[in-house]
Amino acid sequence: MKTFTYRTATDVAQGLEPGATFLAGGTNLVDLMKLGVATPDVLVDVNRLGLGEVGDLPGGGLRIGAGVRNSDLAADPRVRRDYPVLSEALLAGASGQLRNMATTAGNLLQRTRCRYFMDATMPCNKRRPGSGCPAREGDHRNLAILGASPSCVATHPSDMAVALAALDAVVRISGPAGERTVPVTELHRLPGDTPDRDTVLEHGELITAVDVPSLGFAARSAYRKVRDRASYAFAVGSVAAAAQITDGTVTDVRLAFGAVAHKPWRAFAAEEALRGRPATRESFRAAADAELAAAEPLRDNAFKVPLIRNLVASVLEGLA
Amino acid sequence: MTTTTDRAVGQPIERLEGQDKVRGTARYAAEYPVGDELAYAWVAQSTVARGTLTGVTVDPLVEADDVIAVLWHGNAPRLSEADDPELAVFQSDEIRYRGQALALVVARTLEAARRAAGLLVVEIDEEPHDCVLRTDHPDLYTPDKVNPAFPSETASGDVDAAFESSPTTIDVTYRTPALHNNPMEPHATTALWDGDDLVLYDSNQHPPGIAAAVGTVFDLPPERVHVITEHVGGGFGSKGSARPNAVLAAMAARVTGRPVRLALPRQALFSMVGHRTPTIQRVRLAASSDGRLTAIDHEAVEHSSRLFEFAEQTVVATRHMYAAPNRRTGHRLVRLDMPTPRWMRAPGEAPGMVALECAMDELAVALRLDPIELRVRNEPSVEPESGVPFSSRHYVECLRRGAERFGWADRDPRPRQRREGDWWIGTGVAGATYPTMAQPSTARARRLSSGDYEVSIAATDLGTGARTILTQIAADALGVPLSQVRVRIGDSTLPKASVAGGSSGSASWGWAVTGACQALRSGDPSSDEAVFDSTELVQQQEKDGKHAFGAHFAEVRVDAVTGEVRVSRLFGMYAAGRILNPRTARSQFLGGMIMGMGMALHEESVLDPAMGVWVNHDLAEYHIPSHADIESIEAEWLDEQDDQINPMGSKGVGEIGIVGSPAAILNAIWHATGVRVRDLPARLDKILPHL
Ligand SMILES: Cc1cc2nc3c(=O)[nH]c(=O)nc-3n(C[C@H](O)[C@H](O)[C@H](O)COP(=O)(O)OP(=O)(O)OC[C@H]3O[C@@H](n4cnc5c(N)ncnc54)[C@H](O)[C@@H]3O)c2cc1C
Ligand code: SF4
Repeated sequence: MKTFTYRTATDVAQGLEPGATFLAGGTNLVDLMKLGVATPDVLVDVNRLGLGEVGDLPGGGLRIGAGVRNSDLAADPRVRRDYPVLSEALLAGASGQLRNMATTAGNLLQRTRCRYFMDATMPCNKRRPGSGCPAREGDHRNLAILGASPSCVATHPSDMAVALAALDAVVRISGPAGERTVPVTELHRLPGDTPDRDTVLEHGELITAVDVPSLGFAARSAYRKVRDRASYAFAVGSVAAAAQITDGTVTDVRLAFGAVAHKPWRAFAAEEALRGRPATRESFRAAADAELAAAEPLRDNAFKVPLIRNLVASVLEGLA
Repeated sequence: MTTTTDRAVGQPIERLEGQDKVRGTARYAAEYPVGDELAYAWVAQSTVARGTLTGVTVDPLVEADDVIAVLWHGNAPRLSEADDPELAVFQSDEIRYRGQALALVVARTLEAARRAAGLLVVEIDEEPHDCVLRTDHPDLYTPDKVNPAFPSETASGDVDAAFESSPTTIDVTYRTPALHNNPMEPHATTALWDGDDLVLYDSNQHPPGIAAAVGTVFDLPPERVHVITEHVGGGFGSKGSARPNAVLAAMAARVTGRPVRLALPRQALFSMVGHRTPTIQRVRLAASSDGRLTAIDHEAVEHSSRLFEFAEQTVVATRHMYAAPNRRTGHRLVRLDMPTPRWMRAPGEAPGMVALECAMDELAVALRLDPIELRVRNEPSVEPESGVPFSSRHYVECLRRGAERFGWADRDPRPRQRREGDWWIGTGVAGATYPTMAQPSTARARRLSSGDYEVSIAATDLGTGARTILTQIAADALGVPLSQVRVRIGDSTLPKASVAGGSSGSASWGWAVTGACQALRSGDPSSDEAVFDSTELVQQQEKDGKHAFGAHFAEVRVDAVTGEVRVSRLFGMYAAGRILNPRTARSQFLGGMIMGMGMALHEESVLDPAMGVWVNHDLAEYHIPSHADIESIEAEWLDEQDDQINPMGSKGVGEIGIVGSPAAILNAIWHATGVRVRDLPARLDKILPHL
């Protein structure tokens, strides 16, 4: 572990130090520092910025502070009532101990679990640009089937982010150049030729909150995560869904997939294919296929295509 | 002398050190206070699988930074030759596997050691490597023997002719991946030199063995090496012999003149301390139409390292399980650019019985015979290969009684018949066996002036309850209550004990403890001490025909949407001699079964052949069962008497739980879904496409 300086910021302005790396729950960052994958010079602790509240937005919806702990957010009665998909996604992630530490912003910005990325002795374009991507030929069973590039096939591992992507959530950002907002669906990038950049955040930009707009039919929503053991494992595939079904017809729907891409994958094509269709297994599967037509699986992860298709049908049937 | 009528053996006594462990006062190897001079070591490991180390340079920035020494092949003291080449650390410039120790940084703080190790500039001439086990590898050979000293091959009758003439045959290949022991406590040593004597606080399964092995490399007789191993956080075989950490810490302590602590990080456990070899096993079974085996043919292909021939005895269990007139077993090995495999819980039996017991299930299906009935019909009356009688064998009783307890009777033999919602449901059975062994050990019993007793033996307690059981055995042999006996273990200077391995600890140490206590009790009343060495009695014993048996039953459900497998019920019925302590025995059985579940469904060290490394080298990525994976799990046992094995009549319980339990789960997956997974672990991607 490299030597670094550490300081605590008590308001947002103080936190915006050029070149600083933010420390929230530390459940990802500290691991990566120990592994020599993250090597920050300056750590600014953002746990005392007063960003730990969940508030109501004026027109409905919630403003979730960047520092809200995953367990608190999952247990919030408003979240459980109005956005069960979000609560379920949070509770499907990590372990109780980790969720007690993990924060909203930290969870969004956690890095890939690609095994080459996590081992500083290996080549990896994301960690060391230009060094290569051994995952493509090597171990990629749990890596991307959508939106990958020749330089990187990593997945974003968060469960929470998949639910937020489905819910049209918007990230609020403060930076040296002022404030801005970015939809969760546009926060993470596709890897392209620059997989070292996970997100569109500029250096030094701080996430202050995530706004979840009001979405009436999100009260009927669900998250289903598939993993290699019953608990405490990252997803090998997941689906977040909210559906409005009137008289057997899908009038509106939100769908996002996890563990399939470099970002939480909002399934816009599938949504489009579903609106106005009968709420039947056939249309659910057809909608999934509309999205998965773009999939380019690797040697060992083709199973994710039928897995996601089955999950979409099953989760939507559960909501219908 | 006081006497009691209640016997301690057989009682569910709680582990004597349990409270210390819960309170955190039990000390482990990396926790002993040894003074302010203590230095910390960190290993720099090879990042190539094969090559030559040509130089190590220390970044000048590092040198100032609390670093005391950097040791490597170019400057390390020469060591005497060890039996285990893995202990010859820094003695050669040859790199034999990725993860091999290339240098050791010793610093005033752990952080400084770790940082400096990361900044070392290591120059290597890399060579092409080969890490992939395959059945057509040109370098496959038949080893002279397999562990510890079994013939590599056995044959009797005419197997090929039997296959020609039998109406029903099965020819299947099963694969098990490389696995890692992953004890909770990583391997660790705190080393210091007291003059020319070496003191090691070391986490291991055999203090006298560590003293001898480390003594050899430093030219010291074993009595000059004092190994202290009071508590151990598991080993599962990987701490059965000295590992490089002990030698590295001792070397660093000698060079720096300070006490040195080396605790391996989890990732290093995936290369430096051993693993279970991957296996590719072909099983051929032939049977007559009445379900009697006419031939058994089982061959395993496995790997070892370039350094050392470690030949896992994968197929040996098959020599004892079923009667058949024509038989063949064999092992083929290839030496790859990989770390050296080692013992891991039930080495041989665990992977071997996956293939045999799944193949038996496949044969039962082909014969349209109940899988329990097939096993019963092929029960041998004596050892199938040697003809030696069994000291006791209650396999059929385990199957029958287990079937009753599990509820097997109404099972529809056809696969893919039970569906509840999205779940396919099925049940499976498989046999279990583990050899009953004892090894020479010595114990000493003393009558103290207080009237209490002290019993000493250089055994170790891996967390299994060994200390508690020895106390129970001693109390009964002395005829006194438990509270009057103090058992001292975990120290190489105590009377010599055998390794905590092969499920033989309680039998071997208990034998010596019984002998010493009886000698004290019946000997000259003026003497307050008696010593007993079991060597002669143990050596006179017939080794063949002594095994524990068991039967495992599993109920699984498989999600038709995702292919996910959940084990709704796992049940084990054992015949393992006299159960010395039902509480700790049950815990061993259940732990073995859970590890068996891991083997069936979760555990796999994933090899990247190009990098020459297992890439999932931490516990976030190397999956073992989580609590949520365990639903109903139960172990029961028969009341088995056997007076031919050891004075307690006990058989080992530490390993049999992992033998056959994976096969029971795989057989249940087939019954639920009709999908035969022959390549472990049975993860959803191997099942979903066939649902
Ligand atoms: C064993 C294990 C299993 C896990 N399993 C799962 C799982 O199944 N599903 C899942 O979703 N997650 C899982 N996780 C990941 C866990 O959810 C994340 O580690 C956690 O959410 C990160 O939050 P944190 O607050 O601890 O972030 P930190 O580790 O503190 O930070 C993570 C990143 O976010 C940045 N950051 C933090 N706050 C801000 C801010 N306000 N503005 C800008 N940047 C910021 C940090 O600089 C850092 O780069 C697992 C983790 C572990 C260790
Ligand atoms: S997939 Fe991406 S993160 Fe993984 S090795 Fe390739 S470049 Fe690195």
